[in-house]
Amino acid sequence: METYLLLKVLWWLLLGALLMGLAIMVGMDMGVGTILRWVGRTDAERRVALNIVGPHWDGNQVWFILGGGAILAAWPLIYATAFSGLYVVMLLLLWSMIVRPLGFEYRSKLRSARWRGAWDWSLFVSGFVPMLVFGAAIGNMLQGVPFHFSWNLTSYYTGSFIALFNPFAILCGLLSVAMAVFMGAVTVMNGAEGAMHGRARQLALWAGVAAVVLFSIGGLWVSGMSGYHLVRGPDLGAAQTPLQQVVERARGDWLGNFSVHPILWLVPAAGYAGVLLGTWAARRNLSHLAWWLGALGWIGVIGTVGAAMFPFMMPSSSDPSQSLTVWNASSSAHTLTWMLGFTLVFLPLVIWYTGWAFWVMRGKVTTQHVESDEHAY
Amino acid sequence: MINDTVVELSRWQFAATALYHFLFVPLTLGLSLMLAAMETVYVTTGREIYKRMTQFWGKLFLINFALGVATGLTMEFEFGTNWSFYSSFVGDTFGAPLAIEGLMAFFMESTFVGLMLFGWDRLSRAQHLAVTYLVALGSNLSALWILVANGFMQDPQGARFNPLTMRMELSSFSDLIFSADAQSKFVHTSVAGYVTAAMFVAGISAYYMLRNRHMELAKRSFRMAALFGVLATAGVITLGDALGFVGGHAQPAKLAAMEALWKSEPAPMAFNVVAAPSQSARTNLWSVQVPGALSLLVTHSLDGTVPGADALERQAAVRIRNGIPAVEALQQLSRNPGDAQALAQFKAHERDLGFGFLVQRYAPGQDASKATPADIERAARETIPEMWPVFWSFRLMVGLGLLMLAYFILAVIYTLRNDVERKRGFLRLALWAIPVPFIACEMGWLVAEIGRQPWTVFQVLPTWMSASTHSVAYMVFSLTGFVVLYSIFIAIEMYLMVRTVRAGPHEPAHAGS
Repeated sequence: METYLLLKVLWWLLLGALLMGLAIMVGMDMGVGTILRWVGRTDAERRVALNIVGPHWDGNQVWFILGGGAILAAWPLIYATAFSGLYVVMLLLLWSMIVRPLGFEYRSKLRSARWRGAWDWSLFVSGFVPMLVFGAAIGNMLQGVPFHFSWNLTSYYTGSFIALFNPFAILCGLLSVAMAVFMGAVTVMNGAEGAMHGRARQLALWAGVAAVVLFSIGGLWVSGMSGYHLVRGPDLGAAQTPLQQVVERARGDWLGNFSVHPILWLVPAAGYAGVLLGTWAARRNLSHLAWWLGALGWIGVIGTVGAAMFPFMMPSSSDPSQSLTVWNASSSAHTLTWMLGFTLVFLPLVIWYTGWAFWVMRGKVTTQHVESDEHAY
Repeated sequence: MINDTVVELSRWQFAATALYHFLFVPLTLGLSLMLAAMETVYVTTGREIYKRMTQFWGKLFLINFALGVATGLTMEFEFGTNWSFYSSFVGDTFGAPLAIEGLMAFFMESTFVGLMLFGWDRLSRAQHLAVTYLVALGSNLSALWILVANGFMQDPQGARFNPLTMRMELSSFSDLIFSADAQSKFVHTSVAGYVTAAMFVAGISAYYMLRNRHMELAKRSFRMAALFGVLATAGVITLGDALGFVGGHAQPAKLAAMEALWKSEPAPMAFNVVAAPSQSARTNLWSVQVPGALSLLVTHSLDGTVPGADALERQAAVRIRNGIPAVEALQQLSRNPGDAQALAQFKAHERDLGFGFLVQRYAPGQDASKATPADIERAARETIPEMWPVFWSFRLMVGLGLLMLAYFILAVIYTLRNDVERKRGFLRLALWAIPVPFIACEMGWLVAEIGRQPWTVFQVLPTWMSASTHSVAYMVFSLTGFVVLYSIFIAIEMYLMVRTVRAGPHEPAHAGS
């Protein structure tokens, strides 16, 4: 019982770590895609931007794929309910994302300006849209989504597709885009010289300021929003389904965890510190430091959502008592244990060789280099 | 209520996206290994030509790889978007290999593919070789985990249904990954990928030889492909036979469909070389038979027998009757998890729960407890998959496999006699035969997946129950979107492939072609 409870919480933390890894690593590449047309004015400059993330985007994207697989393995009800409920939004995400590998691999294969221009636009779409959807999805989780289950846990989504793009969700989406643009811009600062470096710096400053403003508005909005709280349910460490609990809604519920454990205020504080200091570092041209601070910002922002919602993961707005929580949506103890074993062995390994790959490819990318290297994107 | 049209459209969408993804995967599996082999020769002998070979085939590898990655994204999320009941029902078990695939294999493959492309001038020769090997290892490990997941759908080992959480839960991790079906399917499928890569490299090398271009690179690549291909094809046929043996034992209905076997017969059973199975008439409209051969082929003895569709339907009807009380008990347990009587009833009928689910589709109000004898008979008939597509995909796959074996034997003879460039007819054939292994791979997928119907998880979860509860309009929208996007993608990919092949490998300035 106690072990199972611990495993559920541990996997909730790991899900958070996964979302942070995804946001930092994939977000950086998508940020570069989003600003590609502005940070690079000539074809050679755009190729520089693409080749800065060129050796890494593919490995980074696995964070996203692993996100799908790990949620299925550890949180099958979330995987099933969220991805089918947000169907059209998921399609937007997938359809825009699947253009990205082609954009990187195929763009510079032909010399035609129209060909390359078309791929530049598709790289913009495949950077901007997924990050917007990523943030909007989290925004919808905070508000709750209309769904319910039948007796055998078949899920039914009863909302419309347009409802998923409500003002609060769009705000969260824009926050996510701003964070991604910040990370993308400081990544370009890291790898580019001269005019591109200056433009990237400018974009990083704007994105940093936008992120702080959006995060603040979002925070105020959430504090006044109607959240959810668990009234009663089965023992937290017991195997259970979402059909066995009672949940109620009240304004300010999402601040409940913060008032019980004031130390949690450090989490949004880390978000602010990361983005504000990151913006300062970008201003001072300390692009490496700005990258790490931006990553801290992501950790703070995503951590804030987790701290506010715990133990809720996907609340149901139409039938709150069928909300998905840390306690009722996880896999069995046996599966969580096996998956934890694999994670403990392989995640450090992944981080180690990813670090090695970045170290091998360190240094500046120049227009001369891009034009002389036949392997370059 | 579950809408049949939505389920049907979900099936079409999954089949379309999976078959499409599977156009790129086999080539990645095989070509990554061939690149590693070429680069090994380069590093050990120091001969520049092998570096150029690695780089040229590496270029084609990446054009193919990009679409494999792109369409793989769809697959990772499609279980959730379109098969949500399936996902929550078996995610506890099925999700584990999928997640481990990402963590152990796909991260490795994707991180090192970047270094493989960009690292030529930054890594030592040995380091770059190690990176190429890690890409090959990553892609093959990836196939292993995906096929462990698929093996669970074919022969669900290592999981048990938990009535308190309403799902299949992992009971033994080792049973899951060492399931005979998963392991035999993994080796058969990955080696099929090696055949695909060998045909691809041989075909394009033949194109250069026909035009007297890049002769050295083409002849060396051809030789490597021929040797690799003959071993792989012999392997894929042997392993396919083993898979048939294992799979036939676990899924007799699939075997019956593969062999168009409607009626059980005493040994030795006759083999239908070709036939026209009719699902409605429950018989073959015509067939060409070899007496006694089926026993030999599927049981490897003359006195072995396998059940026909008639016997399997009778067994299914018994299991459906036994499964109905399991569904009823489960419904009670959903309302009251503490109901001891319902739990006892469930335990007594647990083994046939999936069959109880199966009959719901035809029962009044989709309520299993109201199923009539006619509904039960109808559901029992459904346990025999549509025979003609399974029978003919299987024959096409095996036929093409045997033809490829003959082709590679000839290729090896010619290349070892060192006169392949003069066999112009053979070279032309080699060029036009490039699509053959791709077709054979797709046929293999069809046999495996249509042959498993009407189940997503064999005898545990019916396909009909597995789909998400979308509207028809949503499904039409998404299916149309996928068809349009994927058609554009393949056109672009083929164009770039052909263009890159036409342009040919980069030749050093001082050497002639």
